[in-house]
Parts: sequence; C-alpha cells; structure tokens
Amino acid sequence: MKYLRMMLVLLTVVLLGNTIVLADVPKPVIPKGNAEECVLPKEEMRVDHMNYILHQRDETMHRGIRTKKFSLKGCIDCHTVKDDAGKIVSYKDKKHFCNSCHTYAAVNIDCFECHASTPTAKGTISSTGGKK
Amino acid sequence: MNKINYQEIEGSSSGFIALLGILGIFVLAGLGATYYMEHNGHYVTGMNNQIVWGLPHVFAVFLIVAASGALNVASIGTVFGKTLYKPLGRLSSLLAIALLAGGLAVLLLDLGRPDRLIVAMTYYNFKSIFAWNIILYSGFFGITIVYVWMMMEKRMNKYYRPAGMAAFIWRLILTTGTGSIFGFLVARSAYDAAIMAPMFIIMSFSFGLAIFLLVLMLGYNWTNRPLGDAIIYRLKNLLGVFVAAVMYFVLVFHLTNLYETEHHGVERFILAGNTIHTTLFWVVQIIIGSIVPLIILYSKLGRSRMWVGMASLFIIIGGIAQMYVIIIGGQAYPLNIFPGMEVLSSSFGDAAAYHAYSPSLAETVLGVSGIAIALLIVVLGVRVLKFMPDSLADKDVDPHQKA
Amino acid sequence: MSKPGSETSKISRRKFLGTGITVAGMSVAPGVSLINVAEARPLDQPVSSKQRWGILVDANKCSKGCTSCVDACFTENGLNRGDEQHSRPGQKAQWIRKIDLRDKATGHEVSLPLFCQHCEHPPCTDVCPTGASFKRKDGLVLVDKHICIGCRYCMMACPYKARSFIHEELTHQFEYAPRGKGTVEGCTLCVHRVDQGRNPACVDACNAAGHKAMYFGDLKDSNSEVSKQLKMHSSKAIRADLELNPGIRYRGI
Repeated sequence: MKYLRMMLVLLTVVLLGNTIVLADVPKPVIPKGNAEECVLPKEEMRVDHMNYILHQRDETMHRGIRTKKFSLKGCIDCHTVKDDAGKIVSYKDKKHFCNSCHTYAAVNIDCFECHASTPTAKGTISSTGGKK
Repeated sequence: MNKINYQEIEGSSSGFIALLGILGIFVLAGLGATYYMEHNGHYVTGMNNQIVWGLPHVFAVFLIVAASGALNVASIGTVFGKTLYKPLGRLSSLLAIALLAGGLAVLLLDLGRPDRLIVAMTYYNFKSIFAWNIILYSGFFGITIVYVWMMMEKRMNKYYRPAGMAAFIWRLILTTGTGSIFGFLVARSAYDAAIMAPMFIIMSFSFGLAIFLLVLMLGYNWTNRPLGDAIIYRLKNLLGVFVAAVMYFVLVFHLTNLYETEHHGVERFILAGNTIHTTLFWVVQIIIGSIVPLIILYSKLGRSRMWVGMASLFIIIGGIAQMYVIIIGGQAYPLNIFPGMEVLSSSFGDAAAYHAYSPSLAETVLGVSGIAIALLIVVLGVRVLKFMPDSLADKDVDPHQKA
Repeated sequence: MSKPGSETSKISRRKFLGTGITVAGMSVAPGVSLINVAEARPLDQPVSSKQRWGILVDANKCSKGCTSCVDACFTENGLNRGDEQHSRPGQKAQWIRKIDLRDKATGHEVSLPLFCQHCEHPPCTDVCPTGASFKRKDGLVLVDKHICIGCRYCMMACPYKARSFIHEELTHQFEYAPRGKGTVEGCTLCVHRVDQGRNPACVDACNAAGHKAMYFGDLKDSNSEVSKQLKMHSSKAIRADLELNPGIRYRGI
C-alpha cells in the first residue's frame, strides 16, 4: 500500500511538473508540541510515526499493554492546538496537528472516527478515580 | 445433432440501449442510496439494534443463493451429461457469476464500514462462517470463470468436465456456507437448525432455475432467436420438482419446531401471528410462490410460455418473501434470554412482543439495485462474448440423442 | 496447594510489589481503594490467562427502578454526551440495561442489570469474520474497532443482545473509550479501569448507591471477594444451557 501510494505521488509529480505542483500548495504549518521534545527525534517520527502507533494499537487492544510512549493518547495530549478563542481544536479543524500535515500529504487517516482528537478534560470520572 | 453456434447479441437496437439505460439507472440509484446511508450512518435506515440485518440482506442473500442455483443448468449438462442442457452452460455460468456479484455488492455496500473491504480480505477468523464465505464466494468466481473459459475455448474443451465437476461441488459447499450463516446461530430460536444448509441448497435450485428460465425466455424473445419447446418443457418440469422440494424442507423445518415446546413461541409468531411475517409466509411464500406456480407448471397452463414466465416470476417473488421471513422474521421474534421468565420491562426491547421493522427507501433501493447489477452484467456479458447459442430450436438441441 | 501453585503465587507477589511501586508512582488518587491497586498490572506487562475478570450480580439486592449502574456506565464511557442525536431510540447504543422479570410459573419478580456476559466461549468471537470480536487472555470480550467492518454478525450471534451498532457519526468520545460510526460495540467491563486495577463503573456506582449488589474481581483467584461469594452461595449463568460459561453470574434468579 505504502509503495503504491508513493509511486502514485511520484507519478503525479512527474506528470504535472514538479516545480508547479510544489510551488502552488502551501507548506503545512506544523505546530510544536507542548513538551520540550518528542518521544523520538522528530525526523524519525515524521517517517515512522504510523508504524509506532499501529504497533502500539495492537499491543494495547489485544494484550492490554498501556505504556505511554507511543500511545495515540500521548500524541493527542501533547500536540494540542488552540483556535483564536483559545479552545483546543479537533481533527475537523485544519489547524489540528494531525490534520495540518495529512491534508497537505493527502493521506486520509481513520483514527478520529472513533478516537477523541482532543484531550479528555481533567476531572472526568476516569481521571479522578471512579467516585462521583 | 447440429453444431451449436454461439453468437454475441446485436447491441445497437434502441431496445438494447433502453434496457441498459433502465438497469443503469437502478444501479446508480443503488450507489446513491449507499452514499446516503454511509455518509449519514445507518440511522437513515429502518435497521436498528434489534433488526440488525434488513432489506439489503434479504436481497443479497436471495441473490447469492440464486447464483449458485443458476449454475445448476450448466452442471446438469456437464456433470450429469444431459445433452439438452449443454448449450445452456455458458449462459448459466454467466448468470451465476452475475447474480453472485449483485448479491455481494449489496452485502458489502451495507456494511458499517464498506471502506474497510481490504480489512475483510486481510484479517481472517477461520472459525467464522462469514470468513469461509469470503473464500467460497471468491473461489466461486474463479472456478466459474475458468469453467466458462474451458467451454468457450476450443483447445480447453477437453478439460471442461473436471472444471464443471469442481464448480458443481464448490457451489454445493458455497450454499451450505450461506445456509450455515443462519443454521449455526445458537442464540436465536428461529435459526439454529442444521436443516438450514440443505434447505438453502434446494432453495438455490428453485430460485436459480426460475431466474434462469426468465432470463432465457426474455433473452431469446428480445433477440428474436429461436427457442424450442423442448428446453422450456424440460426446465419447467424440473422447476416444479424444485419448488415442491423447497416446500418439503419448509414443512420438515416447521414440523420439527412445532414438536419442540421451546420453539412454539417462534412458530406461533411466524405461522399464526398478526404481523407481516405471517402474511408473507402464507400468502406470498406458500400460495403465490409455491402452490400457484406448481399448478401452473403442471397443468395445461404450463404449455404457455407466458404462464411459465409468470410461474417463474411468482417463484422469485415467493423466494424473496421466504428470505424476508427467515432473515427479518427470525430477528423480529425477541430473543429468549430468560427461559421461563416473562420480561416486564427493559429499555432495549426485551419486553416487546416482537421487533418492528420498516425499511427506508434507501435500503430498499440498495437491495433492488443488486438485481439490477446482476442483470446489467448479464446484458453486457451476452453483448460482448459468445454466451448465447444463436438457436435453441428443437431441431438444433435434439434432446433424444444420447450423451 | 501443590508446588507449582506456590511458585506462581511467588511470582505474582513479586509482580505485585513492582505493580505497587509503579501505580503508587503515577496514579494513586483519592478514591482508588488499596484492595484494587493490588490487582493492577505494570503498564508494560501483557494481560495473562492467570486472571479472569468477572462479576457476580446479586439480584436479591438489586433494586427495581434503580439505574445507578446504567447511568454510571453511560457517563463513564461517554454514551450520554449528546451524540446520537439522529438515532431513534432503538438505534442508540446501550451497553447495559436494567431488566425486570417475573417467573411465569411462580410469579416471583426480580430486577437485574444485563450487559456483556464476557463468555469463556463467546459466540460473537466465533462468527466475527475479521477477528475484531475477540477475547482477551484475562477473559474480557472486546471489539477491536480498528478491524470491525460493521457486518453485525456478532449481534446476530450474541444470546444476550449485549451489543450495539453505531448508526451515526460521534464526536464526543472520551480518550479512553473510543467508539465510532459503522462499528459494533458493547460493554468492555471498563477495561481502561480494570487495567488500572479499578472496578468497572457500574460496580462502583452500585456500591455508592448502597445496594452493593455487584461483586467484581478475579474469578481465578480463590481469595477474591467475588470467588468467595460465588463459592458460598448458589448462583446461575444466564442461558446456562448454551454452555458458554459467562464471566458474569447472577444470584437470585
């Protein structure tokens, strides 16, 4: 799948003339995360984040392993982007950390049909320990 | 016996274009309905958490069952060596492929996540009958295409018998798989019966042949090709046998349930209730779909092609009703979660006498579009490839010659 | 107990110590009871079949008309956050429901909560074509929504009607309880809490309401409260005739 996609992109670039295409589409604005640095060097994350997340997905879902390093929840908690009103934006917003790049790369992701794309507010029952 | 000459149909008449247009509109409408359902979610359908499979599944399962039955005509020629049926083999195979494609399309387009088709192809749970069926259906396409190729390609003619045999065995397994989708459901009192698998096989014989007869007669009529009485006569007699056999299986199925006290509730609901299922069962499935066709086929009326066509149509309508009663009726009767107890209240419908279902336009259109997809494939198929003999007149098919 | 048995208990004691430290380091908060912490696993350890989670529901203590468990479940898992605006009542997700019953022969009435029974031999996992319905090693029956294609065959197969299909787009999911359009879902026994060594929300709510009708714990640990209670008094599995050996058992039905 990945190679197919890469080949398609390459083909498009070649066919349309690379300079024109690359010049016309604005580069994505990639917001910084809230922490000093990411769990891995950003070069590595940019190339391989999907593989880490996919691996963690199966580990958590099927084996109950809940380490935080590569959890989607970790990404969402750290890479928050606020809109003009100061509210954390969801994936539907173009400014959302994931969305900004994925729109540019034209890669559709299927995470946020089910997963929350913003951190769950502190104070909900599960983060405080069950008693209401 | 003359050599059978196969020929593409002539595809420039206005009738042909009109037929394509009508079928195309139905297919497009089905795709539109899919988009509407998938974009909004299934809340726009009549389905819910009680009736989880609705009208699309009725049509889909009907078409899939009929598909394997449509191949029977070819099998009778190849496997059982009946000369009369041999010229019909190609069309029979095409119809089988087309019906399966139509049924599967509807089934897939109704999924909650049809965009994850690739997941269904790459993740297999080998204990699931659905997973078996994915393999069985793909295999059916493959084997039948090879079978058709061997019938069409002179150099391959010598191998077509083993291919036909393989296709015949495969289709029996396939329908067993389809019937077992329901037969292996322990939870529901309307299903959970091993007889489901053989009953589905005999249903496939009946529905598939009815559709084949109709397609054959209309196809030869519209293309002005000769079609002799010998073939019609044979096929309609065979169809009658199949219809009677389906009735026998239905009878045994219900008799078994009527004998067992634990199934009295569901039998009362289907056979003597006051819902649509009772009407569909008695009026549409039994009277219109079985008894009337039997009378037509075996009386003087059976000599008239128009009446044979009507009987076939009735059998198809009765078949769809039968699927409706099996699939929807089986879910409409509430699950007996607490045997011996009466449910006084529940927020999830457990206390209901039955679960109502009213299909929306979208899911109805999606279901019907499955038939259109199948017919469109047939029409295009006979247009571009040599599926139809240019004559099926009695003198050309000579039934009296030994195979 | 035999020797291998004591060996395992030693290991689990060591594990317990490690667990205690990890958990104490990160998440002991007011409201987490110490008994539960003992059952938590380190974050990097996989679940094992040495445990099997289950609940005993004492229907004698369950109060007719009380929906604390249902409310807590909906709140915990985000089922009542304003999503499913378009879905009709019969289309909305319900992971747990209260059912009032009357014995047809005797007239005895009883009220109980019904939810996924977390069977040892779940029919839903048998029929699922992709393996999205699966049983975790510790007995929890879950839906891997990443590979669920929304065929609803599991809903046809479940003898308890414990599953719901999501009929429209959702936008208010909690981080720890992902759910979405076109997939099937059901009670997870609050897997996100269980993995932290806490009770499912319904159990805590029942306790908080003062009914104490639900006992949660490890069915394979003979010292757990739920095992002791099960051993002490008779209990029943719903549809025991199907031999699915559910992890949820009922007293008083």
